[in-house]
Amino acid sequence: MTTTGIGAPVRRKEDFRFITGQGRYTDDIERPGQAHAYFLRSPHAHANIRSIDVSAARAMPGVVGVLTGEDLAKDGVGGLICGWMIHSKDGSPMKAGAHPALAVGKVRYVGDHVAVVIAETLAAAKDAAEAIVVDYETLAPVVDMNAAVKPGAPVIHDVASDNVVYDWHLGDKAATEAAFAKAKHVAKIDLVNNRLVPNPMETRAAIGEYDAGTEGYTLYTTSQNPHVARLVLSAFIGIAPEHKLRVIAPDVGGGFGSKIFIYAEETVCVWAAKKVGRPVKWTSDRTEAFLSDAHGRDHITHAELALDERGKMLAMRVKTKANLGAYLSTFSSCVPTYLYAPLLSGQYDIPAIYCEVEGIYTNTAPVDAYRGAGRPEATFVVERIVEVAARELGQDPAAFRRKNFVRKFPHQTPVIMAYDTGDYAASLDKALELIDYKNIGKRKRESARAGKLRGIGFSAYIEACGIAPSAAVGSLGAGVGLWESAEVRVNPVGTVEVLTGSHSHGQGHETTFAQLVCERLGIPIDQVAIVHGDTDKVQFGMGTYGSRSGAVGMSALSKALDKVIAKAKKVAAYALEASDADIEFKDGRFSVAGTDKSLAFGEVALQAYIAHKFSGQDLEPGLKEGAFYDPTNFTFPSGVHICELEIDPDTGVTKIDRWVAVDDFGIVINPMIVEGQVHGGIAQGVGQALLEGAHYDETGQLVTASYMDYCMPRADDLPSFTVGATVTPCPSNPLGIKGCGEAGAIAAPPAVINALTDALGHEDVTMPATPQVVWRAARKAALRAAAE
Amino acid sequence: MYAFTYQRPKTVRQAAGLIAKNVDAKLLAGGQTLLPTMKQRLASPPAVIDLAKIEGLAGIERKGRTVVIGAMTKHADVGTSAIVREAIPALAALAENIGDPAVRNRGTIGGSVANNDPSADYPAACLALGATIVTNKRKIAADDFFQGMFTTALEEGEIIVKIAFPLPSKAAYAKFPNPASRYAMVGVFAAKRGSEVRLAVTGASSDGVFRWTAGEEALRGRFSPKSLEGLSVPADGMISDIHGSADYRAHLVGVMAKRAVTTAIGK
Amino acid sequence: MTTVTMTVNGKSVTANVDPRTLLSQFVRENLRLTGTHVGCDTSQCGACVVHVDGRAVKSCTTLAVSCDGSSVTTIEGLAVDGALHPMQEAFREHHGLQCGFCTPGMIMSAVDIVNRKGNALDEHTIREELEGNICRCTGYHNIVKAVEAGARAMAPGATSIAAE
Repeated sequence: MTTTGIGAPVRRKEDFRFITGQGRYTDDIERPGQAHAYFLRSPHAHANIRSIDVSAARAMPGVVGVLTGEDLAKDGVGGLICGWMIHSKDGSPMKAGAHPALAVGKVRYVGDHVAVVIAETLAAAKDAAEAIVVDYETLAPVVDMNAAVKPGAPVIHDVASDNVVYDWHLGDKAATEAAFAKAKHVAKIDLVNNRLVPNPMETRAAIGEYDAGTEGYTLYTTSQNPHVARLVLSAFIGIAPEHKLRVIAPDVGGGFGSKIFIYAEETVCVWAAKKVGRPVKWTSDRTEAFLSDAHGRDHITHAELALDERGKMLAMRVKTKANLGAYLSTFSSCVPTYLYAPLLSGQYDIPAIYCEVEGIYTNTAPVDAYRGAGRPEATFVVERIVEVAARELGQDPAAFRRKNFVRKFPHQTPVIMAYDTGDYAASLDKALELIDYKNIGKRKRESARAGKLRGIGFSAYIEACGIAPSAAVGSLGAGVGLWESAEVRVNPVGTVEVLTGSHSHGQGHETTFAQLVCERLGIPIDQVAIVHGDTDKVQFGMGTYGSRSGAVGMSALSKALDKVIAKAKKVAAYALEASDADIEFKDGRFSVAGTDKSLAFGEVALQAYIAHKFSGQDLEPGLKEGAFYDPTNFTFPSGVHICELEIDPDTGVTKIDRWVAVDDFGIVINPMIVEGQVHGGIAQGVGQALLEGAHYDETGQLVTASYMDYCMPRADDLPSFTVGATVTPCPSNPLGIKGCGEAGAIAAPPAVINALTDALGHEDVTMPATPQVVWRAARKAALRAAAE
Repeated sequence: MYAFTYQRPKTVRQAAGLIAKNVDAKLLAGGQTLLPTMKQRLASPPAVIDLAKIEGLAGIERKGRTVVIGAMTKHADVGTSAIVREAIPALAALAENIGDPAVRNRGTIGGSVANNDPSADYPAACLALGATIVTNKRKIAADDFFQGMFTTALEEGEIIVKIAFPLPSKAAYAKFPNPASRYAMVGVFAAKRGSEVRLAVTGASSDGVFRWTAGEEALRGRFSPKSLEGLSVPADGMISDIHGSADYRAHLVGVMAKRAVTTAIGK
Repeated sequence: MTTVTMTVNGKSVTANVDPRTLLSQFVRENLRLTGTHVGCDTSQCGACVVHVDGRAVKSCTTLAVSCDGSSVTTIEGLAVDGALHPMQEAFREHHGLQCGFCTPGMIMSAVDIVNRKGNALDEHTIREELEGNICRCTGYHNIVKAVEAGARAMAPGATSIAAE
């Protein structure tokens, strides 16, 4: 291992600008002549719009323009799309209601976009928005999923008269029923996976700009995938053809999924820029973010696990209602289906699984992918019911898991996935050792003496990352392939620019991608630049989500580097007057085998551009290669997280005392960055388990619309984490990488809840398990214990 | 924020004159509540009268058995004041735990007391310690000052100048923060001075800060957490929201009261 | 409009501003010092923390006109003559940042913690003192390590972190 190559904890190249205040986020950009947009949003969860009168607003000082859904429609601007088709059990396509960027005739959630005001200042735009007169005919809202599917419930979209988007299933129902019929024990559980608001610290922002001379548009936006944004804005929404639309996603302050999607605001900004003849800038405030960013999770699930007399798992059946909100967001349809049910086998050998999912419309913000996207929901089902089963059978939860682990690879689950490699017992063993499991009884007694309740909870998770291959996802309904691209440009002086379709919004690609280049080309890391986030620079890419940048994006880079080295060898052969076959490349030098003749990488690069020696030959000048990489399988990171916590039964306050994470991410490029991803994921998972929950009241008002009511994890809510690793390299990609970005968020919630229920004498608690929830459960547990 | 005119008087008399001319104007002390409210367009004062440049409104002094704190004294300065730490350590500890460090660097005791937010900390200290709120017009006993959520005895044009805290023999504040906002969901300030015992509760009641008289009576016999065993506050009138229902808040009043007394007698 | 004069990162600036201009707006829009960020509307996230007369404040909850006559330091003013502040160094060395958005406020608060609490900070103190700064990326683990190391490196006579 070199100090900058694969496996080295290289300090991040991008950090200098961030720690000195020189990061350049969308809101930091100021375009000449820019005007400011403010969106008038619906105060009602469900209402018809009888009329919108913008005349007074237009007359307000500083107003540049006021636009509504009618103006969008007149210009032929299409609605927002959902890019993954799901078919119901009966073969019918999902029922996607129209999703105009500005409401036409009806609003369907509080925060829905009614009109946009563009003015010289944001304050002037806000002032004018108050002068818009909207005549609403309020309709009964439906917020709760169970209420939404009752006969006679208010209809949100005419295309879905029962508010059901789809009624989908996966797995072998008959085989599952048969297995349940012969089970000796059946564990059952009812779960709510709480609705979350992603809350990257940088809120969404957009600047649309139009150049009348070139008829070209530019959109600066907070996106995890600028090329996908351009594709959707061009091919589906129809604002401009792709070659006339440049999308730039500069420094982006976190995404966690919420910046994958193509939203109303950026659509309107880029369209309005031409309408008003000025660059149009919009920056969300935090309350707008709560109202209009796509939310995450929000499932209601009943699950059952069939077991034989020894506690071997026979089958699982799962029935889930998934809240998709008022409209289908960009990838929302696949999250509770293909990103969820295929993970229900967890780390376990379960012969039969059957899962049914109803996607449901409600008068709430759209719900889409949030860190983990379907996999945290699946893991919560699996790891909660496994815990319940172990306790009902009186078996040690660690031993019970171990007994049911998949041990032979490859392993075909009954729900699509073919696990390629892993060693689940190794992760469990290491985690048990790190948490000092053998002394947990002693620690519990010590806590009890201090009047506290101590519990320990396990989560043995698996995730499927680098969602792929393109042919497979296409057959499941994806609108696009899920490959990645990379281009390596070697400059005449030997410095290297990598153009990647991956996008970094905190993941550290500028460092890790450069490490791969250093490893392969043997050049210093400061001679490598990673370029991303600009459709005029990078030809195409699918962006960053689903822990895919390492496994897919870097694999594309690896392929491109192979091509660069192959070409450079030919250049070196000409320059050294040897045959291609005799050229060896090692440690950044090309040499002729068996001689002392050699050239450094930079010298070969220069020769490629001077090209004197091979002009007129079959070798082209220059040194630049690109590659597209389409994976052959998902990757399957896995691991075991253990949470140990203490409850104050008087107040219900939970304090996490220890956290051990042992993850198998395959080959790791930069362990420092990977551990950072694990830490952040755990924090979000703990947030879901203990602190965070989006709450709508019965009228559809979002009660938790600021940090006053939505509880973000703070430093004093969390412990330091003990992070360990085991390694089974991924066999399906050239680097052996599995992906690490979502693991913590997937693993953590059941670990916390299992620990709480352990401390509370198996009393169930809902998420978020706030002090109030835990206090009530502790009281119930105490009463029950007293009665027994 | 809506537009407003900004005024920066140099004396309390000037400030009083300005507000007398414009009763809808707002006094700006630390601004840690007023400015967020204005940013969300929930308040639209035509004028903001900034008290920051008025000489003599900030400062802490000990006068015999009393600590006097100027209205514009920042939470951070109360929390780290050697005088307060020595004379009424419970008050310093309370101040050191308001909001977060940056908020404590701007928020003021006068602003907090004048606002009487039902989940603010200072009102509990004022009430339990039997403080006197001194305005440009008169002196008001804390018992008369706090009159329900966001309501005080302050009249139009009346400006808090300082607050005088008599020294207790024993005192402590126990706060159960709202997990999200970190404001007090329940805060209990327990104070004993001579034979007088006071328990002031903030955060819990929809009427704002109040005295838990049943608890006080029980403690008058013996100032010990044991005296509060079995006593409970009725859930009626307690705030009920997604963070805590009325019965949970009522329960927490008992727990926090015991913890405050425990801390108080430990010192 | 109201005239305001203050010293920002050592330079005197005078401007005529709408009184409703927040200090965060003033430094970002008038002075184009965009390192100070705004992450919430309710004074909780701390991305906007700057120092006013040597004390950490939330610039989104401070009027620019209230800072007349004050000395303001933003993240851009922390490095002196091109040399990173020890706390900046510590955040890089300990991977105390990911997306970088909360980082300026986090570093400004961290320096303020050291100014108030000294150079030997334990984990508990650091976590409590960071109550007013929210990070969504790091889980705080490495921020805590960075603040602890940065605090030590700020001590008079301390050697640089990189040399440890």
